[in-house]
Amino acid sequence: MHIRISANDGVPIYLQVVNQVKYLVASGRLEPGAELPPIRVLADRLLINPNTVARAYRELEVAGVVVKRGTTGTFVSDTGSPLARREKNRILTERIDALLAEARQLGFTNDALFELIRQRDEALPPPQES
Amino acid sequence: MTDPDDVIEVNTLTRRFGSKVALDGVSLSVPRGAVFGLVGANGAGKTTLIRHLLGLLRAQSGTVSVFGRDPVADPVGVLSRIGHLAEDNDLPGWMTIAELMRYTEAFFPNWDRDFADKLRRDFELDPRAKVKHLSRGQRTRAGLVVALAYRPELLVLDEPSSGLDPIVRRDILGAVIKTVAQEGRTVVFSSHLLDEVERVSDHVALLVRGRVAYCGPLDDLKAGHHRMTVRFNEDRPKPPVLTGALAWEGGGPEWTALCHGRLPDLRAAAEAVGGCVVDQHMPSLDEIFVARAGAAGGSPR
Repeated sequence: MHIRISANDGVPIYLQVVNQVKYLVASGRLEPGAELPPIRVLADRLLINPNTVARAYRELEVAGVVVKRGTTGTFVSDTGSPLARREKNRILTERIDALLAEARQLGFTNDALFELIRQRDEALPPPQES
Repeated sequence: MTDPDDVIEVNTLTRRFGSKVALDGVSLSVPRGAVFGLVGANGAGKTTLIRHLLGLLRAQSGTVSVFGRDPVADPVGVLSRIGHLAEDNDLPGWMTIAELMRYTEAFFPNWDRDFADKLRRDFELDPRAKVKHLSRGQRTRAGLVVALAYRPELLVLDEPSSGLDPIVRRDILGAVIKTVAQEGRTVVFSSHLLDEVERVSDHVALLVRGRVAYCGPLDDLKAGHHRMTVRFNEDRPKPPVLTGALAWEGGGPEWTALCHGRLPDLRAAAEAVGGCVVDQHMPSLDEIFVARAGAAGGSPR
């Protein structure tokens, strides 16, 4: 499980862990049933406070991304798909917000922007699979 | 008033060196199990405060309590439970690593020989090497071995990372994490490397010229501050006056403030002076510290 922490980017560290685990699950790099590292191990690896990792795991559990199984550990939940869809939505929403902000700054109307998106879509090779 | 879960209680501690006030009415408490980051510019009083915790300085006024005891009146009762690493790590230079470990072991009934040997090997310290021939980083590692090997309840690190390379700094942070991951152990460490403090601390105290500007959970500190960019319809020669703004930067129509307060209140205040909040995010500890130190007057660093 590859996670990168940046202490200076303004996002609380527990939230960086939460977002990146969600991203890994949504993108399929963490599969349902996969085990997350124990809190102390991840804290030591990322050099962050163990309480921060514990908080991130709690949030992930509340969100249904992971489940705790007794004392054995923390696992990616099997019912990951609806969440994965929500998460994919969230990832795209962030990009769209940034695009809209930039478009407004440059004086594009929404219609002009949609037209541009259509043009770019046509210019790109079609998707390989549905 | 005294919470039994607090490992350290400092109440209105004031310390003068001649006419210079090093600590000015400092009050703070460190809860058990915390990683407590002590943050301040050089000369802000961090080391002076730590020396009081270790019983090396007597309180001129106010009180200092560690494990519920006065570290000056009961140095054995306090120091036997503290692991300490100072910035100017004054280990006896003529000793070899092996001698240093045997010597320190004699003072601590809880010394764990296997753990000490493991730490020494992990840090790649040659037992036959003399302390005075070690590099700065290796000397710090030797200091860590003797500070950790009796598994102290409280680990106190005074500017442990300053002037060290990233690999040794990583060892130090790893030692902090491993210490606190063991139930009930507490770490106090001072640093001016605020990204390190932000990574590992859950509580912080900001010292600004001998006074406590903030003391409490790091999350609360961060949640109570906002970096907010305000845009006006026309150029402004100087930043607006805004309740809660600690520091401003910018020019022309756009000014960015480091603010303290609730976001809705800050937005309302910005609109009241004819501005519009166009961007806001959570500041880093570094940004908060610079703004706080600057807002208290004088140069921020």
